[in-house]
Amino acid sequence: MKMNKYSLIILIIALIVIFNSFFTLDERQQAIITQFGDPIGDKITKAGLHLKIPFIQKVNYFEKRILEWDGEAKQIPTSDKRYIWLDTFSRWRIVDPLKFYQTVRSESFAHGRLDDIISGTTRDVVSSNSLIELVRNTNRSLVFTEEYQDNYGGGVQEEIIDMGRNNIANQIFQRAASLCEEYGIQLIDVKVKRINYNEEVGQKVYERMISERQKIAAKYRSEGQGSSAEILGKKQKELDQIQSEAYKNAQEIIGRADAEATKIFADAYNRDPNFFEFLKTLEAYTATMDNKNTMIMTTDSDYYKFLKDTDGTK
Amino acid sequence: MADFEEIKIPKNKIPHFSKRKTVTTLIIVVVAIFFFTGLYTVDPEEVGVIQRFGKYVDTTQPGLHFKIPFGIDTLTKVKVKHVYKEEFGFRTLQPGVKSTYSTRGYDLESLMLTGDLNIADVEWIVQYRIKDPIKYLFHIRNIEETIRDLSESVTREVVGDRSSDEVIVLSRKDIADQIQTGLQQNLDDYGSGIEIYTINLQNVNPPDPVKPAFNDVNSAKQEKERIVNEAWQNYNQIIPEAKGKAKRTIEEAEGYAIDRVNRANGDAERFVQIYNQYKNAKSVTKKRLYLETMQKILPKLDKVYIVDDDLKGLLPLLDLQKGGEK
Repeated sequence: MKMNKYSLIILIIALIVIFNSFFTLDERQQAIITQFGDPIGDKITKAGLHLKIPFIQKVNYFEKRILEWDGEAKQIPTSDKRYIWLDTFSRWRIVDPLKFYQTVRSESFAHGRLDDIISGTTRDVVSSNSLIELVRNTNRSLVFTEEYQDNYGGGVQEEIIDMGRNNIANQIFQRAASLCEEYGIQLIDVKVKRINYNEEVGQKVYERMISERQKIAAKYRSEGQGSSAEILGKKQKELDQIQSEAYKNAQEIIGRADAEATKIFADAYNRDPNFFEFLKTLEAYTATMDNKNTMIMTTDSDYYKFLKDTDGTK
Repeated sequence: MADFEEIKIPKNKIPHFSKRKTVTTLIIVVVAIFFFTGLYTVDPEEVGVIQRFGKYVDTTQPGLHFKIPFGIDTLTKVKVKHVYKEEFGFRTLQPGVKSTYSTRGYDLESLMLTGDLNIADVEWIVQYRIKDPIKYLFHIRNIEETIRDLSESVTREVVGDRSSDEVIVLSRKDIADQIQTGLQQNLDDYGSGIEIYTINLQNVNPPDPVKPAFNDVNSAKQEKERIVNEAWQNYNQIIPEAKGKAKRTIEEAEGYAIDRVNRANGDAERFVQIYNQYKNAKSVTKKRLYLETMQKILPKLDKVYIVDDDLKGLLPLLDLQKGGEK
């Protein structure tokens, strides 16, 4: 029984020792081994089961994956004196865990270092470039709507881009990357997440955009009025033309007819103008006299002459 | 007797027997735990990634599988068929037939500078799938954040190389395609194991303060059309009518001409006829015509006064007033 008790204790101790001689490393991790705080051997990056001296050696784990860094947006003036908010982000990884362990020890400290390094280089690089270089990436020529071109001509001036956004980001990256090496950090990239105008500049840009559109709207309106006036003018002109031509033609026709009639009459009546006058007068009498008329005739008229004298000679 | 004997013997036999039984039970229990804790299922939309002592060993497909328990094998399930979605510039508050969205407070995500240094308000969606679960799990931490950051960066890069007109009006499809290509390229560079399914540009607008001005351009455009249409309408009302009227005027003139000439001919012919007869008996005919006319006229007249040609001072006889009244 006594024997059993000892063997159990020995077994437990043995198990503890065995367990302490092995450690597992995840695919996501890398590690360095320290012995009383002193690093021993190279970094361990291969995932799986590994050996160490129990109790004496300690395993320090670090991330092997790509890690994120997202900076605060910073207000920076560009070389053309425009104040912008610039928000960058970066990916990085721990390539030298030993250096990392010795210099920054933990990720949160590393973030602090990255803040300092990237913010500083960003400020340097950005302030020596103009805004347009930061916004544009290539010299691709911009396309505008017809209405915009109509208002601003073909002369939408385009500046030539020397660097472009990605090259600037790359420059920041190059400078920052070399500064990160001493911390065992490999910088993978630095990218510009956001660029925005500061309040004041933004307000001015809005005003400019508004006035651009107002111009376009005003142009449409006056074009409308112009076309309308043109159409109404055309209408009036055509109307006058139609009406006057019709009048002219009608008068010609009427005139010709009147002339012809006149000729016909003249031809006929010229045979005896006297008789014509007589006939026409009688016709006129018939046509014009009615119960509204009172006639006073003397007895020496041709009609009543027989009332006084059968011969009608008196 | 037999019972008695058996009771006697156990003193040293029962512990022996029960020890064996305990060991058997223990083994059975251990084996059972081994099996039951080792069994796992992988759902149809997932795969299982197995690590032994932290080292990747296998990817298992949907179905029932076995792994070594007690922390030796660890399982991570990755939804490889699932399409994940990230929204920019807005958030779906409540998906459904009629989804509700919020755009408040996401201005920083959606406002961006265009190539002509204007500002556009762009809302978009990124849909992605885990193409390579190994890379997804082991190459990059916090992949969602990475996709968000990259998507914002690439979108701004694309928009920054286009005019506000292009972004807002002209080439939305191109922009979405270009973002997709750029984003995929960047994610491949990171070895992320992510495949971008689609990029959808949702609302692409001028920023809020500028919106009324943009809308005003549209209403001005419509106003222009309306005014021009109204003018044409007026033209179309007046001109055909005037043309018709002109035709009528001419037709009427032609009618008049025909009428005039015919009547002239008629009258002339009549005169000629009468004249031909008159020529033969001038005096008689003239008198006859005169008398016939008088005969026609006189009955129609109101009053006929026959006055002796010697009579002077005719006026007192006439009651002009009365005659006028009649």
